[in-house]
Amino acid sequence: MSEATATANDASTPAEVAAPRDLFSKFDALIAEREALLATGVRDPFSIVMDEVKSPTVAVIKGKETILLGTYNYMGMTFDPDVVQAGKDALDAFGAGTTGSRVLNGTYQGHKEVEQALIDFYGTEHAMVFSTGYQANLGMISTLAGKGDYIILDADSHASIYDGCYLGNAEIVRFRHNSVENLDKRLGRLPAEAQKLVVLEGVYSMLGDVAPLPEMVAAVRKHANCMILVDEAHGMGFFGPNGRGVYEEQGVEKDVDFVVGTFSKSVGTVGGFCVSNHPKFEVLRLVCRPYVFTASLPPSVVATAATSIRKLMHAGDKRAHLWENSRRLHGGLTDLGFTLGTKTPQSAIIAVILTDQTQAVAMWQALLELGLYVNMARPPATPAGTFLLRCSLCAEHSADQVEQIIGMFAAAGKATGAIG
Amino acid sequence: MTDRQEIYDTIAAQIAPFNKKGITLTEATTFAGDLEWDSLTVMDFVAAIEDEFDIIITMNMQAEIETVGQLTDAVVKLQA
Repeated sequence: MSEATATANDASTPAEVAAPRDLFSKFDALIAEREALLATGVRDPFSIVMDEVKSPTVAVIKGKETILLGTYNYMGMTFDPDVVQAGKDALDAFGAGTTGSRVLNGTYQGHKEVEQALIDFYGTEHAMVFSTGYQANLGMISTLAGKGDYIILDADSHASIYDGCYLGNAEIVRFRHNSVENLDKRLGRLPAEAQKLVVLEGVYSMLGDVAPLPEMVAAVRKHANCMILVDEAHGMGFFGPNGRGVYEEQGVEKDVDFVVGTFSKSVGTVGGFCVSNHPKFEVLRLVCRPYVFTASLPPSVVATAATSIRKLMHAGDKRAHLWENSRRLHGGLTDLGFTLGTKTPQSAIIAVILTDQTQAVAMWQALLELGLYVNMARPPATPAGTFLLRCSLCAEHSADQVEQIIGMFAAAGKATGAIG
Repeated sequence: MTDRQEIYDTIAAQIAPFNKKGITLTEATTFAGDLEWDSLTVMDFVAAIEDEFDIIITMNMQAEIETVGQLTDAVVKLQA
């Protein structure tokens, strides 16, 4: 019995007055913060409902047609007619779901086909498909690095990388975001004979900045017993000659041991994967718990993913247009006086940095009312305690839509005082 | 080997720039409770300590360290 109920011995005291402590008490501060924010009359940035989705770039939210600028749907494959048709055909032929693990009854011909599509796309020997990108990191990191091994990760790593560390038994060492020197120093202090997994990301999703992979790889290769895993969730589809990611664009393919990626961004559906040339890679299918102990992706999902991945191999024009969009939006917002996450357009993510939660929510809501959806991001997801409006561009945004977006930012920025 | 007091003094000197509230340090001072550091401050401070003593304090170890005294003991051990 909690203290509060134990002392509420006066029969006339209504039971609800005493709020007993329970497992939810730790969330009281967050609940109070949200209530205070919503009491000011703003809409909740974390409970938007898309009532209709008309295309990769337009949805209807509360009856208002809204341009989508926060979806990670970089290559706009969600409504590609071939992709959608492949999903419908698979649904008819193989049913709604597999109801089973990849290692039992959950591997259909479609799962092998999507793994072959990845092998062809990445030019690797092996590919392993997980049910989500989160699980791909969880599984790869927790399984590769065991007791007595070390994981060395960037401080700004995605939650799925941190959670992969916590799921396993390895020793975890963090280095300062994108700091080659900090990484090098830490590797130098670890026992040379210990096995080490260095985890990097091509694009960091909060600010949209890119890792200096050649310098980082060179630093890692100075030390013994290191393997390198690069998460290309936000790079697949439009970095590098084959769209493989930042590691391809920067020319370090031979030095990367594992590439982790997702189907929920450029590929346009859901799922995760790892590709590698390691000769023993296939054993992971038996020992990787987030791969084994969950149901495999539905047949329609793997069919849409396989079709989309094959189309992404020949998407040069779309890539070029996506980069044009990124450059134009970055330039337009810079000219308006906004502070952005990167000085130059480095990826398809443009992060607008705001001063505090009140300003960020006001700006976010003003944009929504004008017909533009962006992601609001707040600590602890963001680096250095910043409040961000994160924009992610799509190859299907027309040049005209990008101009409209810049116009809406100008109006919302002036209305909220975020720009002069 | 540096003796424990010397290590404690060096740690105290490293805490100073992060001690915005001017808390008086003792062995029992806690980082989260007394100094009210958030995770970002902790990270910067850990990096400074690691570089000062040329050691690695893994995140696994950090989870066990709550007070200045515990950190001093950990550094003594890591330097041994």
